[in-house]
Amino acid sequence: MAYRIEVAFKEGIRDALGEKTKKRIIDNLALAVAKVATIEVYTIAGELSAAELEQAAAGPLSDPVIQNFSINQPLAKNFDWLIEVGFRPGVTDNVGKTAREAITLLLGENIGTRKISVYTSRQYLISGKISQADAEKIASGLLANDLIERHQVVGSNNFDFNAGMPAYVPQVMGKDEPQVEQINLAKVDAQGLLKISQEKLLALNLEEMQKIKAYYQNPAVLKARKKFGLDENTTDVELECLAQTWSEHCKHKIFNSRIDYTDGRNKLKIDSLFKKYIKGSTAKIRKAKGKKDFCLSVFVDNAGVIKFNNDSNLVFKVETHNSPSALDPYGGALTGIVGVNRDPFGTGIGAKLIFNTDVFCFASPFYKKKLPPRILHPRRIYEGVREGVEHGGNKSGIPTVNGSIVFDERFLGKPLVYCGTAGIMPARLNGKPTHGKEIKPGDVIIMTGGRIGKDGIHGATFSSEELHEGSPVTAVQIGDPITQKKMTDFLLVARNCGLYRALTDNGAGGLSSSVGEMATYSGGCEIDLSLAPLKYAGLQPWEILVSEAQERMSLAVDPKKVDKFMELASKMGVEATAMGKFTKSGKFHVRYGEKTVAYLDMDFLHDGVPQMKLVAKWSAPKNAEPTFTEPANLGNAFAQMLSRLNICSKEAVVRQYDHEVQGGSVIKPMVGVQNDGPSDAGIVRPILTSMEGVVVAHGICPRYSDIDTYHMTACAIDEAVRNAVAVGADLDHLAGLDNFCWCDPVKSAKTPDGEYKLAQLVRSNMAIYDYTTAFGVPCISGKDSMKNDYSIGKTKISVPPTLLYSVIGKIKDVRKAVTMDAKRPQDRVYVIGETLDELGGSEWFAEHRAIGNKVPQVDVKKAIKKYRALHKAIQAGLVASCHDCSDGGLGVALIETAFAGDLGMNIDLKDVPYYGKKRNDYILFSETASRFVVTIHPKDQSKFEKIMAGNVVREIGFVASDGLFQITGLSGKLIIKEKISKLKDAWQKPLNF
Amino acid sequence: MTRKVKALVLTGNGVNAEMEMAHACRLAGADMVDIVHISELLFGERRLSDYTFLNLPGGFLDGDDLGSAKAGANRFLHARIAGSNEMLIEELLQFIAAGKLILGICNGFQLMIKLGLLPALDGNFTRQSATLTFNDSGRFGDRWVYVKANAQSPCVFTKGIDVVYYPVRHGEGKFVPLNDSVLDQIEKKNLYAFQYSTAEGMPTMDYPANPNGSIHAIAGLCNETGRLFGLMPHPEAFLHRTNHPRWTRENLPEEGQGLAIFRNAVNFIRSKEF
Repeated sequence: MAYRIEVAFKEGIRDALGEKTKKRIIDNLALAVAKVATIEVYTIAGELSAAELEQAAAGPLSDPVIQNFSINQPLAKNFDWLIEVGFRPGVTDNVGKTAREAITLLLGENIGTRKISVYTSRQYLISGKISQADAEKIASGLLANDLIERHQVVGSNNFDFNAGMPAYVPQVMGKDEPQVEQINLAKVDAQGLLKISQEKLLALNLEEMQKIKAYYQNPAVLKARKKFGLDENTTDVELECLAQTWSEHCKHKIFNSRIDYTDGRNKLKIDSLFKKYIKGSTAKIRKAKGKKDFCLSVFVDNAGVIKFNNDSNLVFKVETHNSPSALDPYGGALTGIVGVNRDPFGTGIGAKLIFNTDVFCFASPFYKKKLPPRILHPRRIYEGVREGVEHGGNKSGIPTVNGSIVFDERFLGKPLVYCGTAGIMPARLNGKPTHGKEIKPGDVIIMTGGRIGKDGIHGATFSSEELHEGSPVTAVQIGDPITQKKMTDFLLVARNCGLYRALTDNGAGGLSSSVGEMATYSGGCEIDLSLAPLKYAGLQPWEILVSEAQERMSLAVDPKKVDKFMELASKMGVEATAMGKFTKSGKFHVRYGEKTVAYLDMDFLHDGVPQMKLVAKWSAPKNAEPTFTEPANLGNAFAQMLSRLNICSKEAVVRQYDHEVQGGSVIKPMVGVQNDGPSDAGIVRPILTSMEGVVVAHGICPRYSDIDTYHMTACAIDEAVRNAVAVGADLDHLAGLDNFCWCDPVKSAKTPDGEYKLAQLVRSNMAIYDYTTAFGVPCISGKDSMKNDYSIGKTKISVPPTLLYSVIGKIKDVRKAVTMDAKRPQDRVYVIGETLDELGGSEWFAEHRAIGNKVPQVDVKKAIKKYRALHKAIQAGLVASCHDCSDGGLGVALIETAFAGDLGMNIDLKDVPYYGKKRNDYILFSETASRFVVTIHPKDQSKFEKIMAGNVVREIGFVASDGLFQITGLSGKLIIKEKISKLKDAWQKPLNF
Repeated sequence: MTRKVKALVLTGNGVNAEMEMAHACRLAGADMVDIVHISELLFGERRLSDYTFLNLPGGFLDGDDLGSAKAGANRFLHARIAGSNEMLIEELLQFIAAGKLILGICNGFQLMIKLGLLPALDGNFTRQSATLTFNDSGRFGDRWVYVKANAQSPCVFTKGIDVVYYPVRHGEGKFVPLNDSVLDQIEKKNLYAFQYSTAEGMPTMDYPANPNGSIHAIAGLCNETGRLFGLMPHPEAFLHRTNHPRWTRENLPEEGQGLAIFRNAVNFIRSKEF
């Protein structure tokens, strides 16, 4: 039986969701609807009596103060169109799951052996003179994502007001008929091998397929297989497992390839970008720091670990979740954040999570042109991603303290969704260091958390490809932050009691990857997939192994402690299942019941993937130099700049993220008199009894990639470091994370310019090496996502090569921290650092549809000297405000400083240390790196100048009480005189929805 | 004779502000502060009766999936303590009958309201007579607001407090009473302990000073004894001056304004016999 319980607001109660939906229909689709009301629908499958249904509806499912409910009768009335949206079978339905648990608890013992399931859907009742086609457009263009949701549109004329909508149960109809496909590769030719790779969505190339084929012809291998009933055939379980493990996503084949690089003059042979530049730079920095080296675990675990103080360590990781977010922005982004949460959580013996960061790259939400097939409108992506991260972060109780949103039309093809999480762990626990992993043969493999379904199958291989016509629907997962929270609450207790030896997260590649990686510590494993807890019947063994269903951790548990571990799990309401044991057999041994379904050598699985050989050719692009002249009205130009998407306020998004849960918030994302000025970095106190703070900041500047990715990268690193320094971080205790999001850099028919794109990647890595070693800021972890292209029909869109550089650091006493808002009238305004004519790739040129060629270049020696001196001045309490100059340059930094303090400012451009073409607009908007705007109280001026001596530091004006922003130009004439409030308004308006 | 202040900070199933709430209890001088997972109560490993001050922190009980704290309230009402015939709700009612203190913040307040612990006008603690529902803005918001304490309120937590500045962080904080009679009694009995206000302390219905559109600008509510108190803003998020969004530009005392609430609770318990 299936029953429908509908819940609607009582007459006179405001339907905030309905109102919000109405606004979105008007704003996004320009359809004039008069009213939208909502009804929540619970479809219950199972046997319940009328009284029980009544009890459930009146109890947990509705709020007696504001809601009505009905059972098997519609509540809908007074509408023109009714749209009902629910999930497709198998899609995670968090609310349905909670409803099922609540009803089960409510019925208590009375439920007996009955099993119920609950599925949710929502009705939108729309009033307004719109056509059926319009209603369809609202349904599929705004309310439902057809990929994961089904919808029905019914006009009031066709609606059955007595019976309502029929109950529909979106159940996965599957039967347990486990089958293992045997594939004989021996006689398959090259073309056939590629066909298998394509049809099975393995994303393996010919060389890799051939290597696999050869493995099954090795007599030693065959002999070992025979013992377990296998032969020269590969099983689908093995093939899928190899494809996951060898995927670009997991193995970073491009970063580990052998590259012949030339820039026209010099030639270079590179054996792994990762080893040479990333690991190489960190090793060099650690050596140089000697006893002051704070790195504890780099590149070997799910996240990097550094020392915070003698008693605790910090753990940090940033991931991307681009491809899933392109298909389902909400689910993709939600999974992005709860997924990256598990990285620091699964590092060493586990860390408590202390903050999230997020950086999004989108096309303009005001995009007006026709959309290519399968691409969602950027506004939908923007709102969906925002909401996904909101639910993932807020519901997990982790504050989101830092982030940004970057716009470029090329992110239409794939949005970039970077999600980061940091954690803190005691340096030692139960007498042992916490940052490493240890697993002994005989330890029991236990999986905890959520169950396995078809969600997320082929996620790892899918993200190793461009978005194409056949991109799999199952690659999208929807995270469940509460299931994860319950699991992490439990595991932290288990950790502190010493109930497990090691843990890791189930992310890309699922069990195949988590157990496969853990098995390298002991030297092998043996698991039985038939023991896995499943969401529904009908999963094949290979699907169980590679499913990326969320909220799962794998653990190694000492056999003596298994009972205690299980007991605690059950008490805390967390599912845990023993699935096998770690061994030292050298084999990755997978059974389904008694039958062996995969038997692979660990060496082959982990080190067997052949190294790619690639060619990279760099030639500097020559962009047209712009020809526009200095505008006559710079006041207007200022307003235009402030309303550019990359510069304007992101407050509407920021406010929807909880940035102060856990109680240690020190520098919030928005600061100043009205709490609305843009912070440079975040600071939190993770230990409430201490004044030590953690600083987090980032740098990202993809526009510069149109000129040279070397300088793009240098600027991103510098921006991250200077943002951290601006709030008071110590340059000597900063560590970084590199997150590359590239377009496909492998030359092929689809990517004829692959050699250039690979050269861009090489140059970016060179800059990582040069600048991180110069700054002494080591990369401790990172990630790359290499296939951020869209390719359907003749349309190909590649994202601009984008590096996000995130830094985590320390401030000894948070009471010394500084914010960016001007504090008092008559404080003196200084610029730190000289300004050069470096407008290539700038926002000012972009405003004039130009790129130019003079990209900002970082003078790292000068930068370090400045940063150290500034840090000293901040520590001495001499700096009233400090703001970094980035997008929009000095001009934007000045005005932001002024309006965040609700104060005016008088500036003389003649005093700005500047070298280049004499133009007021260039001085104002050049994006030269390593600069700050600071304000200093007059009594502190001489002390400040003394500390800063030897650096380019110049007083250029003062903070005024009159609320006016006044700038004197090079000619000595007043070139700008605007009300601060007017400019602030221009800055606040564009994304205030 | 002074009494021991034994604080229980309840966590589990989506609660997430237990650390700072426990920290607040400690700073306020509680003699014993235990963060207790609800499963420990449900398995009878710890008992409410061993404590004098129950803290219900913020979070998202069961994801707030059925409406804020609805599934959480359902659990409190219907869960049995393992190995006994006792229901958790009975322990809770005994705790209240003993005159002990309960403080619910944000999701904890939502839980108290949905259970019926507040306002509990006729002394019936399990019948819901008001609700906290979706903000008028239709969105979650993290922002700081001023709240004005009602000097006439019997609330023991807000004694001596006038206007304070706390963050709100919620999507469902709009206070709605069941009917006019409920609102009348809340007003007459001065159960509204906190109202959203201007910086000067004038109660307001204007967004964003009133961040959710709460009727009568109600931000915090107590029962008639003043010993049960719930509020949407987060005093436990302002225990040190560096929590204040403008601490770098204003002269503020080292101690944050949130501590007063907890100190009042601790002092009250010390002065009473239970």
